[in-house]
Amino acid sequence: MAVHPTHSDGTGNGTVTGTGNGTGNGSNAPSTDDPPMVDLHDLCHWYGEGEMRRQVLQNVELRIHPGEVVLLTGPSGCGKTTLLTLVGGLRQVQQGQVTVMGEQLEGSSRRLRQQLRRQIGMIFQGHNLLRCLTAEQNVQMGSDLLPGLGYRARRDQAREWLRAVGLGDHLGKLPHDLSGGQKQRVAIARALAAHPRLLLADEPTAALDSRSGREVVDLLKRLAREQSCAVLMVTHDPRILDVADRLVAMEDGRLRTAPLVAAAG
Amino acid sequence: MSALSGLGRLWTSRRIPLAWLLLTRQPVRLAVALAGISFAGILMFMQLGFRDGLFDASVTIHKLFDADLVLISPRTISSISMSGFPRRRLVQALGDPEVKGITPVNWNFLLWRNPQNRSTRSILAIGFEPNDPLFLDPSLKSKARLLTQRDRVLFDEQSREEFGPVGPWFREGRTVETEVAGKRVRVAGLVGLGPSFGADGNLITSRETFLSLLPDTPAGSIELGLIRLNPGADPAVVQQRLRKQLPKDVTVFTKREFEESEKDYWRSSTAIGFIFTLGAGMGFVVGCVIVYQILYSDVSDHLPEYATLMAMGYPLTALLGVVGREGLLLALLGYLPAYGVGQGLYALVRSATKLPVEMNTTRAVVVFSMILVMCMGSAAMAMRRLADADPAEIF
Repeated sequence: MAVHPTHSDGTGNGTVTGTGNGTGNGSNAPSTDDPPMVDLHDLCHWYGEGEMRRQVLQNVELRIHPGEVVLLTGPSGCGKTTLLTLVGGLRQVQQGQVTVMGEQLEGSSRRLRQQLRRQIGMIFQGHNLLRCLTAEQNVQMGSDLLPGLGYRARRDQAREWLRAVGLGDHLGKLPHDLSGGQKQRVAIARALAAHPRLLLADEPTAALDSRSGREVVDLLKRLAREQSCAVLMVTHDPRILDVADRLVAMEDGRLRTAPLVAAAG
Repeated sequence: MSALSGLGRLWTSRRIPLAWLLLTRQPVRLAVALAGISFAGILMFMQLGFRDGLFDASVTIHKLFDADLVLISPRTISSISMSGFPRRRLVQALGDPEVKGITPVNWNFLLWRNPQNRSTRSILAIGFEPNDPLFLDPSLKSKARLLTQRDRVLFDEQSREEFGPVGPWFREGRTVETEVAGKRVRVAGLVGLGPSFGADGNLITSRETFLSLLPDTPAGSIELGLIRLNPGADPAVVQQRLRKQLPKDVTVFTKREFEESEKDYWRSSTAIGFIFTLGAGMGFVVGCVIVYQILYSDVSDHLPEYATLMAMGYPLTALLGVVGREGLLLALLGYLPAYGVGQGLYALVRSATKLPVEMNTTRAVVVFSMILVMCMGSAAMAMRRLADADPAEIF
């Protein structure tokens, strides 16, 4: 059961250029001195109890460095989303080591995971905006998490972020009145408004047509770069794979670095 | 200054008023919720108002007496059946150095014939010596001398209408004569006392007339003895002294005790207090059910959004706070119309029944507290639903 460690080759703080599709080639020497944003070691996860117990993650090894954009692909039901929820501190780790921003998540308290989540931006398949809030207020729910900022400062930041995603004219609109692509851009603004150092995105383009999907992903990558924020994005949209610094494929709960076909036996 | 800067800090550290927006962005649901809460509040206001009004109304007359201490017979349970005691006891009380004056009072229910339609109805008759002080209100004094003539009565114009249009007739200048206890009397004047639960109407007359209307009453027997003390005297001290001096065939009450014993009668010896308290309790339960339904479905509808907030890093306590604030807002917004409508209905009840049903601070606070408990309790129950907001499930 050999699993390839999947280190990237040189992604330092968003300054890297020329890293394209499938650059992860199994190099074991990270080119950065910074500790990794995410470090998964021998991670296993099961669902169900007793007879029904089913393993969804098998000995997963993964490292994500600051500023790196990693795309995780694979057929549905292969455990991608589970991996995302474990990294995001939304699920208790069962076996293996999960270190996110230096915090060990195995056996962690609810409180630690909640604190950690403040520094992780999350973008969901659906936009998951609060229906009763305007675009601006939704984004401010993100910036409200920042400590020590006055209301005006947080509101101004929310407006800045909406302008950055090109929705400066739609501040006061409810999600109901926005298109799918616009909603997803609001969600990106909301995720980034809390100044995360890691962004987790679960199929952010699933509900979008190809053009707006493309726009959303490009925007996501550009803004994450500007914030030197690492990105772990789950997708099986083949049209957006080129935004990745590194592609990681998952199959039956195991990781392999794409496009290499070094699946474990 | 520091309070101001503290407020300023609170103001700048404020966040999106999520609870308020959750409620107000669904105006129909909010309206239903507020209607339910207000209804519960109105129900509680009415029931408690009736209950307190009843107890207050039972001492409408008691409150009017000019007395510091009161003598009654130990056999007297309530104002609707006052027993007599020897008038000598009241005169004995005059021997106490702190006693300034006394007023012997006769008190009984007599049959009054409606001068318009000739029907009869029980009326409370109070008999006293017209020269003695009776009520705190000085306006009676001038009218009292009208009673020195025999078979003259002062009619309470706030009595229920069933006693006949005595007030209007008298004001028109007509001579109003009718029968009381089978004897002819003439209305010599009008007073304003107010009906109580025990008595639908009142009349005041001289002891002489009273005894002629009720010839069976022993001449030396009275139902009520009013005792006035010198200014500065402590009623409780004099009460103790009189209790020791006087034989056991009289009870010495302070005026407040006199009122309380009457209220106690209605409170404990009858089911009335229980019934109205139960009614208020039902309003409370109905309100709880409504608020719980509203908050529970609100939380259920927004469960993915709450889970999203948790995924963003909001602690569970922040979400509990949102639901709690929703409960608080519902309580505040639901209470205001309940208070307003309560005032209106009290006025309606006053004009229809002439009962002293009024808004008072205690009841306003009690009902608000009950609405608050109702809303916050329901919010706490609805919060349990938040435990189902699993941020891991929203991906």
